[in-house]
Amino acid sequence: MSAGTEWPLWEVFIRSQHGLAHRHVGSLHAPDAAMAIRNARDVYTRRNEGVSIWVARSADLHASSPDERDALFDPAQDKVYRHPTFFPMPDEVKHL
Amino acid sequence: MYAQMVDTGQSRLPEPAELSADERAFQARIDADVKIEPRDDMPEAYRRTLIRQIQQHAHSEVVGMLPEGNWITRAPSLQRKATLMAKVQDEAGHGLYLYCAAETLGTSRDRMIDDLHAGRVRYSSIFNYPTLTWADIGTIGWLVDGAAIMNQIPLCRCSFGPYARAMIRVCKEESFHQRQGFDILMTLCRGTAEQKAMAQDALDRWWWPSLMMFGPPDAESVHSAQSARWKIKLLSNDELRQRYVDQTVPQAEYLGLAIPDPKLAWNGERGHYDFGEIDWREFHEVLKGNGPCNHDRIATRIKAWEDGAWVREAAVAHAAKRAARELEAA
Repeated sequence: MSAGTEWPLWEVFIRSQHGLAHRHVGSLHAPDAAMAIRNARDVYTRRNEGVSIWVARSADLHASSPDERDALFDPAQDKVYRHPTFFPMPDEVKHL
Repeated sequence: MYAQMVDTGQSRLPEPAELSADERAFQARIDADVKIEPRDDMPEAYRRTLIRQIQQHAHSEVVGMLPEGNWITRAPSLQRKATLMAKVQDEAGHGLYLYCAAETLGTSRDRMIDDLHAGRVRYSSIFNYPTLTWADIGTIGWLVDGAAIMNQIPLCRCSFGPYARAMIRVCKEESFHQRQGFDILMTLCRGTAEQKAMAQDALDRWWWPSLMMFGPPDAESVHSAQSARWKIKLLSNDELRQRYVDQTVPQAEYLGLAIPDPKLAWNGERGHYDFGEIDWREFHEVLKGNGPCNHDRIATRIKAWEDGAWVREAAVAHAAKRAARELEAA
């Protein structure tokens, strides 16, 4: 076994042709960034899924914790006035 | 299926009252169709079962390349060769998506590969059968990938987010595999009498092993019941098998091939095909390692892994050298 030589894990982000942002598509192992991009090309863009690849070492990603979910996201739930649909508009008024 | 008879570590299905508060809260989330993500709290048994299931599934994709890889150099045309290479490359990708999904649960790639090579974790029984003729490649695409799709489509809705997402990608690609297989068989069945006989021979050999892919009836299995409760098994083995037979019989009729089962008959009352008894002894023998190709498959896998060791080591050494140079230059 090659224990101890396992390649680091990378997260892969692909931008599709339609002018959208890069989107997380999965992960893979690679010894360095150049190989990670090559492998990502083989694994995640075999059917024209994208025109640009980002890779980032998984170890370098910082994420919110599931325990903080309520503290972070609950406050948005009672602020319905942040949505345009909160304000009823008269039918006869156009372009609003 | 690709993951057969997955052990949940339970000896019986616990009553709701026996669950701890955490386990009850977890089950409530599953029941509400909330997806479980890697960093969420989850019962240890759920985590271990999923590692086992996803790992078996990944190994099946990877070992599944071997019976097909044999035929790349012998494909009958350049087009067929290119297609088969694309399919085998997809299988490698499927294995990779799945290994990554399992890794989010805290196992490592090396450990999983070691488990496969040491025989501690299985891959699907189906890949222990030989591919004797070109018709076998068509039949694998049609029947084996067809059975895989049947199993994998419900798994796109399973409770574990990374597994469900991997399945969505896999299913998109799997449809190509099934169609290219059926296309090979259509060509053979429209060809000479000899070619058609080759297609029939392949169906004769692959039919029963494909039905076994779904695993034994799980009505009395504790593991199946637990997996169903956790929503990592969405339909029973028999349900999937029945759907598979119902969809496949008309396809065989279209090809003009005979399914090797004298008891196969449409049952108007049930609205399904009835079919004969499956030889579960054969299935268990194959799982135990006594199928026609078990030894050969693992030996080939280990050889590929060992022969590739220098590449993996060289890549690490090269990356380290470049990183050191960059540091020096900085």
